[in-house]
Amino acid sequence: MMKSLLHYVALVLWLALIASTPLFADNYTIRIAISLTMFSAMAVSWNFIGGFTGYPSFSTAAFFGIGCYVGAIAQRNGVPLVLAWVLASVFVAVFAALLGAIILRLKGHYFAIGSIAIVEVTRLITSSWGSLTGGGDGLNVPLLQGNPQEVASFVLYVMLSILVLAFCTSIYVDRSKLGFALKCISQNEDAANMVGVNTTVYKIIAYTLSAVFCGTVGAVYASWIGYIDPTDSFSILLTVKVPVMVLLGGAGTVFGPIVGAGAFILLEEVFWANFLEWNRAILGLIIVFLIFFLPNGLLKLDYNRLFKRLINKKARTPRTMDGTS
Amino acid sequence: MTEILRLEHVGKSFGGIRAVNDVSFSLQQGEIIGLIGPNGAGKTTLVNLITGVHPLSMGKVFFDGEDVSRQQAYQAARRGLARTFQIVQPFPRMTVLENVAAGALFGGQAGSVNAALEMSRAELAFVGLEDFADTPASSLALPNRKRLELAKSLAMRPKALMLDEVNAGLNATEIDGALELIRKIADRGVTILIIEHLMKVVLSISQRILVLHHGELIADGDPGDVIRNPRVVEAYLGSKFAARVQAEGHHV
Repeated sequence: MMKSLLHYVALVLWLALIASTPLFADNYTIRIAISLTMFSAMAVSWNFIGGFTGYPSFSTAAFFGIGCYVGAIAQRNGVPLVLAWVLASVFVAVFAALLGAIILRLKGHYFAIGSIAIVEVTRLITSSWGSLTGGGDGLNVPLLQGNPQEVASFVLYVMLSILVLAFCTSIYVDRSKLGFALKCISQNEDAANMVGVNTTVYKIIAYTLSAVFCGTVGAVYASWIGYIDPTDSFSILLTVKVPVMVLLGGAGTVFGPIVGAGAFILLEEVFWANFLEWNRAILGLIIVFLIFFLPNGLLKLDYNRLFKRLINKKARTPRTMDGTS
Repeated sequence: MTEILRLEHVGKSFGGIRAVNDVSFSLQQGEIIGLIGPNGAGKTTLVNLITGVHPLSMGKVFFDGEDVSRQQAYQAARRGLARTFQIVQPFPRMTVLENVAAGALFGGQAGSVNAALEMSRAELAFVGLEDFADTPASSLALPNRKRLELAKSLAMRPKALMLDEVNAGLNATEIDGALELIRKIADRGVTILIIEHLMKVVLSISQRILVLHHGELIADGDPGDVIRNPRVVEAYLGSKFAARVQAEGHHV
């Protein structure tokens, strides 16, 4: 109980820090803050299907990309800003529910591959459907009004709201009948069926929840950046990054995705800044490291034990100047 | 007695193989029925057909007066048609109590997670697992895992319960405990269909025995008659066993 209270306090402080960046920081830092909230929101979303339900979905980029395009196309056709975002979210939710009814019949690796294929297929359709989407030339999205600083803070607060909404949904799911059903499915789907869990319906709900916030994030992102194209919107890197963040933090936990997204984005910033050429290779190394040493994520580590072990080690080897012990 | 479950000409083919062929029988409320037969006779397949795990190739299943031939597994559970698996199927990373609560919440009448957890304590006490309530299900030994399966099924408040080899892998003392538990469940008015290989167990507990061979029902009746039935002796029991039962004057 104390521990979870501590988690909540830490989270509130962290969100407050992010929210206060426009007050003291430059535009570059605000960009990082936006990126943090954006990815945290998508990581929290992915956790519904990948964490709670245990279905390794790689379709995040498809939801994000469709959100970008529906939001952009709606705005270009005169739909007001906020309504365009809502429209994009609803469209993505319906898309995910219909798609989920089909591909959630697959399990394990098959589901993973099927969900990656969704990203490729949606990207190809978007780049081929030139009359609607502008094809490979991309689309210009009506710019947000205001100076860069104002626009950035506005986008930051919208992204933060999406994150908070996604997070509250995940707390609710974690404690509700829905969450219980998802945990049953992730641990033993046949047994879940046998105790009366309508696995098909619950999986579709989880998949839809994992999509809807990504759709909103995509639409807001499109409005912020002002220009979208198929490769940027349906990026395969995005679809891999989000699950890695959740695994880094701790899949299936409420706080894991936010911890993971935070750690990942900050590490990425450091690597971009210092090792521009090696950035992707380092992402690969992080994934390998995760699988071998942190299969349950940062949150599940036993920090007390780790700390004690380090202290004991130091105590046992008192004077090794070179540090090889 | 009222009829709870009725099968009419039920059959199932996997490709060209007739796993279950033209099986008809009915179970009365509160009965304990043994289902026996050699390996591969189609016993588990039959349970899978009744509980909606496999769709029927032909025939009809009626449960509590309702045609349930096309039901899904989760619907069977909600209707009160529960089953346990030959290989136990716990939710490994949940506690023992949570495992049972899953049955109460989705298959039973519990309205919320908390209500389900509350109701589940009684079922755990009933099967004698109350001391393990908060341990992870994966840490239980086999006999207790079997008890957990029973508690999970009972939490669904079933009208009929199908037990697929609940005694497999248990020693003599553990089997006695399990049988006592099964009788206690039957006393609650639950109809029990028990699949079992140990004849001693089947004979001691069943009021009626069904024999399946090559997917066909070759005998249905009083235990004493069934073990003397020449077809059953030939297909499953063997003449030595039949002779021994005769000699011992087994009172069944």
